[in-house]
Amino acid sequence: MTTQTTYRKPVPMITPENERYWQGCKQHELWMRHCNACAKPYFYPRDVCPMCGSRDVDWKQMSGRGTLYTYAIVHRPPTPGFADDVPFITAIVQLDEGPRMMTNLTGIEPDPATITVGMPVQVTFEDLTEEISLPKFRPA
Amino acid sequence: MAHPLYRGAVIAGVAESDEIGDVPNKSSLQLHAEAAMNALADAGIDKSEVDGIATAGVSTMQIAEYLGITPKYTDGTAVGGSSFVIHVGHALEAIADGRASVVLITHGQAHLRGWNDTRNQSQPRGGGAPDPSNLAGQYEAPYGVIGAPQAYSLACMRHMSQYGTTKAQLAEIAVQTRQWAAMNPKAMMHSKETHPNGGPITVDDVLNSRLISYPFNILDCCLVTDAGGATVVVSPERAQDLKKQPVWVLGIGEAHDHAMISQMPDLTRTPAQYSGPAAMGMAGVTHDDIDLCMIYDSFTYTVLVTLESLGFCKPGEGGAFVSGGRLGPGGALPTNTNGGGLSYTHPGMYGMFLLLEATRQLRGECGQRQVPDCKVALVNGTGGSLSSTGTLVLGSD
Repeated sequence: MTTQTTYRKPVPMITPENERYWQGCKQHELWMRHCNACAKPYFYPRDVCPMCGSRDVDWKQMSGRGTLYTYAIVHRPPTPGFADDVPFITAIVQLDEGPRMMTNLTGIEPDPATITVGMPVQVTFEDLTEEISLPKFRPA
Repeated sequence: MAHPLYRGAVIAGVAESDEIGDVPNKSSLQLHAEAAMNALADAGIDKSEVDGIATAGVSTMQIAEYLGITPKYTDGTAVGGSSFVIHVGHALEAIADGRASVVLITHGQAHLRGWNDTRNQSQPRGGGAPDPSNLAGQYEAPYGVIGAPQAYSLACMRHMSQYGTTKAQLAEIAVQTRQWAAMNPKAMMHSKETHPNGGPITVDDVLNSRLISYPFNILDCCLVTDAGGATVVVSPERAQDLKKQPVWVLGIGEAHDHAMISQMPDLTRTPAQYSGPAAMGMAGVTHDDIDLCMIYDSFTYTVLVTLESLGFCKPGEGGAFVSGGRLGPGGALPTNTNGGGLSYTHPGMYGMFLLLEATRQLRGECGQRQVPDCKVALVNGTGGSLSSTGTLVLGSD
């Protein structure tokens, strides 16, 4: 596990509103807010459903399966902390349950010839600190 | 029947700061002030007449205090680079409502040499935990999506995948914009005299330039410069006594549909799909009436997706539409005739400079790059991560 003293990239912050999400990630599970009125999950976690405005919202575990909605290959490090990572793949994944989220695509060469929008992907977790594990995706 | 606010305000003066590009010894506030005084001089209006103020990136209170102005109308709408375009629409509404008669809109950003007093302070620069109120810091920055090239390249790839748009088609936009820059002495990339990498470029030059965030090479990306700009908007009554010919505000529109790129409802449609029809409908114009387009070009893709979203071509047809010189000198739809953010200047929030060029073209002040018989111009600013748009239709008498 990388410790916070050596990890030089931005680390998410646990707040009362997102705590359940990061607790799930810590267990290597992907949990999202679920609107009971819409009967649909949504991302990112917030206490009011962005689709219908209901405050009758819950948490549900996602399958962790989805498809690659889009990607890019970062060649110039956005901050010094990413200098050792380039080139790396940024991606938006659409979960089978519907929500889309930002992530990194791992376990595949950062080469447009090998990456296909629409390819099936599966969640995987990178342990950043004692508290934070970051959900990433790899080819399914 | 014409919209009640049709021709409800006039752009009376526009200007850059004394210098733009690489300006090592001036702060952002100095650039605001220089541009403000230059724009008032362009309008022939004294500072004492200013009764409304608008800006983004810094508080309107700061700008008004610095310039010694006591506004009765203030607009701090800050939705990224489109803000200044949106300010014009708000100024028109305030003027129509009798709340102001001379509105000064200012912009200034200095950051090449550490005078970085307004830019992107909300974004994490190092490895620390983000401010929890900054959702992009929570849900995007940890993945290295920090800054515009990362966000916009994700949207561009979706368009390429969905419609078969090619990198060569995107490069056509950079090439044509550079052709316009060659006719604007103020453009950073005007020539080898203005910048070591200035002068004409080819599609191959774009495709072979350094990769930033695939699918973007560096020549798909806007410049990073220092610059200030200002626009003076006045009532039709005040416009009867101006130094230069009036430029009428014919139509206004604004919209935003997300903040973070991962939350954008459709990566291939910007909110120009809403602000464009609003502005064109109010102006009572169709696409065929537009003599000049000033389209925010943070990236080549921004132009392509905006033209589609505004309805100049159908969704997915942008790649073919921008090819063959349509946007360049002599083309059917002259676009970004100042050389754009890609080759003229781009200080972070570029929208102000769309207003400057559209006004100058409608006045017939553009010399070698003047669009013949330019009567109606469409301005579309884009801010955030393709998040916000402001559209204006402007016209000359």
